[in-house]
Amino acid sequence: MTQKILAAHAGLPSVTAGQLIKAKLDLVLGNDITAPVAINEFENAGFDKVAKDTRITLVMDHFAPNKDIKAAESCKKCRGFAKRFDLPHFYDVGEMGVEHALIPEKGLIAPGEAAIGADSHTCTYGALGAFSTGVGSTDMAAAMATGETWFKVPSAIKINITGKKGRWVSGKDVILHLIGMIGVDGALYQSLEFSGEGLKDLSMSDRLTISNMAIEAGAKNGIFSVDDITRKYMEGRCDRNWIAYEADADAEYARVIDLDLSEIPCTVAWPHLPEKTHPATEGSDIEIDQVVIGSCTNGNIEDMAAAAEILKGRHIKKGLRGIVIPATPKIYMECIEKGYTKIFMEAGCIVSTPTCGPCLGGHMGILAAGERAVSTTNRNFVGRMGHIDSEIYLASPAVAAASAVTGHISHPKEVMGE
Amino acid sequence: MNAHGKAIKYGDHIDTDVIIPARYLATQDHKELASHCMEDIDKSFVGRIKEGDIMVAGVNFGCGSSREHAPIAIKASGISCVIAKSFARIFYRNAINIGLAILECEKASENISEGDEVVIDFDTGLIKNLTKNETYQAQPFPDFIKEMIAKGGLMSSIKGGAK
Repeated sequence: MTQKILAAHAGLPSVTAGQLIKAKLDLVLGNDITAPVAINEFENAGFDKVAKDTRITLVMDHFAPNKDIKAAESCKKCRGFAKRFDLPHFYDVGEMGVEHALIPEKGLIAPGEAAIGADSHTCTYGALGAFSTGVGSTDMAAAMATGETWFKVPSAIKINITGKKGRWVSGKDVILHLIGMIGVDGALYQSLEFSGEGLKDLSMSDRLTISNMAIEAGAKNGIFSVDDITRKYMEGRCDRNWIAYEADADAEYARVIDLDLSEIPCTVAWPHLPEKTHPATEGSDIEIDQVVIGSCTNGNIEDMAAAAEILKGRHIKKGLRGIVIPATPKIYMECIEKGYTKIFMEAGCIVSTPTCGPCLGGHMGILAAGERAVSTTNRNFVGRMGHIDSEIYLASPAVAAASAVTGHISHPKEVMGE
Repeated sequence: MNAHGKAIKYGDHIDTDVIIPARYLATQDHKELASHCMEDIDKSFVGRIKEGDIMVAGVNFGCGSSREHAPIAIKASGISCVIAKSFARIFYRNAINIGLAILECEKASENISEGDEVVIDFDTGLIKNLTKNETYQAQPFPDFIKEMIAKGGLMSSIKGGAK
């Protein structure tokens, strides 16, 4: 799939793993941390035009609403650049959401398209059957100027998905389980390609979470076959004619991994690597200080619904801080309309403005020394959410919500009794 | 092109969050970034690094966030080359794009110790350990990357192409 999309964007009949190509890009993305560095590069090189046929998208989400003066200056630089080139896809506070939730929601990416973003979780859009990957700011700057970039064509690992998920198991458990199997560099420089009859049991929300964390296995991208779930998701989102690329029956893979959804437990990654996975049931001795539900990994409406189901009519443990972050304004509104916001707040959680915030230790929930969080975010590296002596346990929204109620790492059945 | 310096050694999976923590990302100033380089895993790094020193690490160096601030901080701190068993792919691209030399070499990663005096020839990929009197062969950069570096990095090379 990846190789077909890359070939089409390079204007070549086919490409092979290891080949160096120049590919046209449909979308180039940056945020308030990475875009200022790219803008500096762009301006220092003396460019005075941006590529016309590429959607250059800037999202002010990491340290916004501005956490301090430096963050304010970074956003100001992006705002000025967007104005100078009259960029239609500039998203500031009020319109902005966490970039990788916002971009699929707004139809800025479609199946068969190619995207790069100066953010490692740009791989999220593989959920839609697009090729998308994270790069740095200089690559972003060059792509803003030329509308293209160079790639080394990756080899692929096929993840053959079968079976049905158990109760309380979600896309987050699937990807954590997979990273636990292959390790944080298990797919280094490679594509993860998800296919198989089990796909029909994975909603678009599950898929977005799985593709989002492909980078946590070192992968260049994580892409799903396009099916009816994809087509339904795309309805009404974009009027471009998109293409569903399918892997050939005799496609070559560097490795094939069979994943039976029915065998995957609710999974939690212990500090300080996403590969340190354990079943949630092993965490009953681990007491926690904070729960974060949100981020580009798990800030979608289905994630909010999973948390609300568990928190409805319950209260989080006294003394624990519960922070819920709907990823976009649209999701935020839906939380209000569906009554989730009331459920969260009656449970003792606070509902934050959309932002990346605590996920990368920016703001809105930083940990002190010795504190522990269960978080639906994507990385549990040393110091990621605050002090270097704090700990992050990565989990699904259902596990995070259940853990908020009990005060220790909990399988949802501990709270829901089923 | 050569590098010559003392080795500063780290382990596997050194992520960009520990290379430069997010709390310092609101700046784009290279010197300020360098002043916090590695501080979450090695508080002594900034104090002991000397211009030209060589960072040696294990597998998957630079994993995690795509922040270009990470290779910028390493380069601005005076490191002349990072040798690792493998690099995370975004870090690999970023390092080349900003002109931080990097080499993949398993033997060098395993055999070089903290403080060893090391000389690198980038044209041949030969790494000499003067302290232990050993040599290790790394894969030199492919030609297109050598060309990019020769033109002064990615931005200069595309500008040249546009003219």
